[in-house]
This record gives sequence, structure tokens and C-alpha cells, in this order.
Amino acid sequence: MMPSFFLATGIALIMLMALSLLRAVIGPTILDRILGGNVIGSKTTVLLLLIGLLYNNLGMFVDIAIAYALLNFIATLGATKFFLRRLSVFIEDSEREERS
Amino acid sequence: MTILSILTIILVLAGLFFFLAGTVGILRLPDFYSRLHAAGKCDSLAAVLMIAGLAVYNLDPFSFGSLLVSAKLMLIAAFVFVTSPTATHAITEAALVLGVKPWQRKGGKRS
Repeated sequence: MMPSFFLATGIALIMLMALSLLRAVIGPTILDRILGGNVIGSKTTVLLLLIGLLYNNLGMFVDIAIAYALLNFIATLGATKFFLRRLSVFIEDSEREERS
Repeated sequence: MTILSILTIILVLAGLFFFLAGTVGILRLPDFYSRLHAAGKCDSLAAVLMIAGLAVYNLDPFSFGSLLVSAKLMLIAAFVFVTSPTATHAITEAALVLGVKPWQRKGGKRS
């Protein structure tokens, strides 16, 4: 009974990740896209652990999840610092239309 | 159906509920800062709840190896609990410096 429960939880997480991807695609500012990517990454950490439980090999997938959480954090900080350095970034789409 | 399985189901369902609430907040709220607020809740609380539930389930046939794996799981939970507010703070600082306008009611003054 418990493996099917974990499978259903994983499928629900994938659907929520698709909804977060919608925000990352249509987001009006660049920082919205970074935020969507960050949320998807934190859901992927949990999803990796669920996959490890389904394959009865949790000891290996725990290390992968630790590495993925580290990568997600560093990627978010790096992208944020990059857009903080170049201040001439276009924040909104309407602003881009005004300037061009 | 042991008591550890029931505790696992409760924790994982609570985490799934908070992930759902965070995703709905990200999609529906009107402003970047309010969306960031929803995402911060979703990241730190829901991920920690789900990882704690998995650690409890993994402890069921008790041995030294499963205890080690559960300790690593709680290590991930502590890591997420520290780094997720840090990332949220960094994004907020970038938005303030880049000049993202806060949302306000149409025609109203900022009180």
C-alpha cells in the first residue's frame, strides 16, 4: 500500500512542478523566472527522495538529493547576483517596447 | 499498518498541501513581492515536512544503516531550512535594487 501512496505523491508533485513552470514561462519580470526555477528545484529534491523509496535504494538517492539541493541554492544565488550586477536589465516587457 | 506508516502519511499529506498552497499563491497573487512571500512558505515548510515524513518511514526496519540514511535525510531538511530563506532574501534584494514596483490598489495611496 505504501509504494502506491508514494507513487501518487510523486505524480502530484510533478503536476505542481508543471504549474510552477507556467510561472517561469509567462513571468513578467526576470526575477519571476528565477523564482519559478527555485521552486521547481526544491520540489525536485523531494521528488528524488520519493524515486529512491520506490526503487528501494534510498541510500544512493539521498546523496543525489543533497547535491541537487546545493546546486539549486548556488544557481539561484548566482543568477540573482548576475542580474544585480548589470543594472541595465529590462524589468518588464512593456518597458522593452517603450525603449525600442 | 503500523503507527510509523500513519505518521508518514500525515506528514507527507501536510507537505503536499503546503506545496499546493505555495503553487497556487505563485500563480494567483498580483505582485512580485507577494509571490515571493508564497514561494518562501512553500519552500521551507513543505519540503521540511515531506522530508521528515520520508525519514520516519525509512526508520521502520530498524538497523544502523537505516538510522544513517534517516540522519542524512534530516541533514537535507536542515540544509533546506537554512538555504531557502537565504535565496528568498537574495531575490528580494535584487528586486529592490532593480526597482520592481510594489503592487497597490488602483488610485489608492500607499499608507
